[in-house]
Amino acid sequence: MEQALDIALTVNGTPVSRRVLARQHLVDFLREELGLTGSHIGCEQGVCGACTLRVDGEIVRGCLMLAVQANGCRVETIEGLSDSKELAPLQKAFHERNALQCGFCTPGMLMAALDLVRQGGEVSREKIRQHISGNYCRCTGYQAIVDAIEEVLHGKG
Amino acid sequence: MGRAELPLHAPGTQLDKGYIGQSVPRPNAQRLLQGRGAFIDDLRFPRLAHVAFFRSPHAHAKIRQLDFSKALKQPGVIGVFDGRALAEYCTPWVAVLAHLKGIKSPPQHAIAIERACWQGEACAAVVADSRTQAEDAVGLIEAEWEELPVVVDMEEALKGKTIIHGELGDNVCFRRELETPGAAEALARAELVVEDTFRFGRHTGVCLEGRAILADYNAGEHSLTVYHATQAPHMMQDIFSRHLNIPEANVRVITKDVGGSFGIKVHVYADEMATAALSVMLRRPVKFVADRLESFLSDIHCREHRVKVKLAVSKTGEILAFDLDDLTAIGPYSVYPRTSGIEGNQVVNLTGGPYKHQHYRAGLHVVFTNKNVTCQYRAVGHPIAVALTEGIVDLAAQKLGMDPAEFRRKNLIPDDAYPYSFPSGLKFEQLSHHQCLEKLLDVMNYRQLREEQQRLRGEGIYRGIGLAAMIEVTNPSPAFYGVGGARISAQDGATLRLEPSGMVTVMCSVTEQGQGTEAIFAQIAASALGVSIEKVKVITGDTGVTPYGGGTWASRGAGIGGEAVLQAGRALRANVLEVAAAILKLDRQELDVQKNSIVNRLTGEAKLPLSELGRIAYFRPDTLPADFQSELTVTRHYTPRQYGFTFTNGIQASLAEVDPDTGFVKLLKHWCVEDSGTVINPMLADEQIRGGVVQGIGAALYEECLYGPDGQLLNGNMADYLVPMALEMPDIVCAHVQTPTRQSQLGAKGCGEAGTAGAPAAVMNALNDALAPLGARVTQMPFTPERILQGIARARSRA
Repeated sequence: MEQALDIALTVNGTPVSRRVLARQHLVDFLREELGLTGSHIGCEQGVCGACTLRVDGEIVRGCLMLAVQANGCRVETIEGLSDSKELAPLQKAFHERNALQCGFCTPGMLMAALDLVRQGGEVSREKIRQHISGNYCRCTGYQAIVDAIEEVLHGKG
Repeated sequence: MGRAELPLHAPGTQLDKGYIGQSVPRPNAQRLLQGRGAFIDDLRFPRLAHVAFFRSPHAHAKIRQLDFSKALKQPGVIGVFDGRALAEYCTPWVAVLAHLKGIKSPPQHAIAIERACWQGEACAAVVADSRTQAEDAVGLIEAEWEELPVVVDMEEALKGKTIIHGELGDNVCFRRELETPGAAEALARAELVVEDTFRFGRHTGVCLEGRAILADYNAGEHSLTVYHATQAPHMMQDIFSRHLNIPEANVRVITKDVGGSFGIKVHVYADEMATAALSVMLRRPVKFVADRLESFLSDIHCREHRVKVKLAVSKTGEILAFDLDDLTAIGPYSVYPRTSGIEGNQVVNLTGGPYKHQHYRAGLHVVFTNKNVTCQYRAVGHPIAVALTEGIVDLAAQKLGMDPAEFRRKNLIPDDAYPYSFPSGLKFEQLSHHQCLEKLLDVMNYRQLREEQQRLRGEGIYRGIGLAAMIEVTNPSPAFYGVGGARISAQDGATLRLEPSGMVTVMCSVTEQGQGTEAIFAQIAASALGVSIEKVKVITGDTGVTPYGGGTWASRGAGIGGEAVLQAGRALRANVLEVAAAILKLDRQELDVQKNSIVNRLTGEAKLPLSELGRIAYFRPDTLPADFQSELTVTRHYTPRQYGFTFTNGIQASLAEVDPDTGFVKLLKHWCVEDSGTVINPMLADEQIRGGVVQGIGAALYEECLYGPDGQLLNGNMADYLVPMALEMPDIVCAHVQTPTRQSQLGAKGCGEAGTAGAPAAVMNALNDALAPLGARVTQMPFTPERILQGIARARSRA
């Protein structure tokens, strides 16, 4: 339980090396060790999606992955994808349509939305709803989020 | 850019309203979109300690002994404390209000002493260097319990065979009876009386951010700074001051970003009081963030009601009288300081609200049980009252063979009948039920939907249309809490300061939890002053900085805080013109503020940029007349007082399809027409309504805190407690009627709770409309597939 291991990974393009407890989750590592507090913790059991991150190009739950499992991986967070401007079109659409209220789910929601945008292709509202249905938002009722994602998808298309 | 000088709703005014009425995106959303907000758990402090709580595994048990010896030996542990240790630092509280006559509740401590009364009640606290270490140590606390009889069912609680708090004599926290003269006779004589019993599942708020508090006591000055995810910073300042015995001015409550609140974060929680007390005791910052499992066990629950309701109508479909008996269970304590009597009280106040009947009888019993406590959650009492009203109204329409829309048209209070006194004693200033109804029927294409429904029924598709008219409490006066002795402000204040650069800082006592409060304050301030919106910066959520006020609850932010900002903006504009007149040596009557400049009032010619005015006023006042002092900071307050509440009204509709083989429900569409007075930001208003509707849909279809007969919560996690997710939610169409309140210059009423108030009733009525051809009817929320199939089976067995 208390075993510590050395890990080396890339976080938002920067190489990071740390000794971590084997039981520490990736999202706790990012928040507590690296101070990257943009990834939020909502349920710690993989249901709410607030801690959604991108690891080696795939979105994952930061609360279901251990920090040691990220050894050698490329981890990207809301902070990194904001600075790289990869999220800029979605952030603009979310802002203009008020597709966020309290903002606690928003980083995870944007990660899930970006994943869909990157897949490209013809996407219906139903499909957008399905794709973000692993991300819980208590504030918006989802419609504005669906509108914002749709706008970015169509804008691309 | 407008001047907002007249009442914005003055008849026939062509006044330029500036930003008021425009869908301005929220400036403060940008940081949240980049993950750069500041939620409590994001804050970093030197010597920060973390607390985790040892919670009762039993619903009702005597604490015979707690053994902390193993926990204390754990790495990183700073201390382990029981209720008695905490009581040295934090006095207990009793949650009663004088205007809820006869309400009673026992004293509650920050940490339970001797006895736990619900599963999840905190019985000890572990403070450690990290949360992980604190949780590890909690697992090593050894407790010896003596289990006590458990009261779980509210009917049993009312019978009182087992009494939870012996010293109170029974399990009744609060009761109320109300009867208008002649009500019994009206019911007895009516040509038709329909009756039904409605049941509402206990549910909870499920804010995505758990409750969170970071208390930082400074022993050097006996001061406490509390970073708190709360809706009411000044209320909490008062509470911390009185219960921790620290002078009020030495307590500062700072509320940064809050990850959802919805009423969950407006109450006093024992574990949060314990956290603040531990900071005082240990003389260092201490943080507590509720994890998801403890949120389900300890965030307030709400709305466990069983209500028998009767409706008396004439043969021609006129509503004559409402009659109801509400039984509701609140857990073992009334919640401080708002009490747990308010929700049931609101059901009594509001049932039948949209209609013009003159007779009303209501009985209410609020009882204690050994489940988690309940209190005010978004739309307090309204979802129950609206569902009762609209459920029984639809049943009467069905019995009379009348179309539900026509039945409502016949019975809604006429739009020209105001001011109006409702039989429960409420006073309505000006409502617009008929305008809203007609607009709704038009927006949703009601007639066409009915035709489509009939056609599809022929094809074996069961679609239903449900309507729900509603009234909603907003902008409460001191009649809500203050008159009952609660130190909760119904007043709010705003300070506006013109900065030397010509920018404007707004400081307001209403807080922001994502509704867009800060954005609408910027709109109002910019419009009142005549500056562009990007020149305005809004600060909320700091008792050390803002004027005193109530905060965010009861749909009061826009109507009360917004009016304070408007008044302060107008006062600052007058002061700015005084300075301009002194600088320009002109009569101030010739001047105006537009587009960040002093201009000639008649020609609009620019005379002096506000940045230049600011420079002179702050850095070269020596150039102004010797007897002139500029005042570029002003504060104004506002309290609604002409009416107890500023009621809004609206109507919702749901279109739903039921699969009679599986009991599955597909929501196809939802509509809401709401009259919240002056709409300051239509996009934000719509989004408040949409989010509210979806919370109401959660109550109608999914959400219920399920307890076993031993008082154990069976589904207290996010996998088992279902909440609305994107795939199941319909698109929601919003429309507005605007009847500004004449009590304020702004004319805004609230809109934050309307969606939640009406959606459960609209969905219920849609389901029962869909099930009508099968002779089936459902009245127990949430309407799970199982309950719908049971409803169909009951109908089949009757046939």
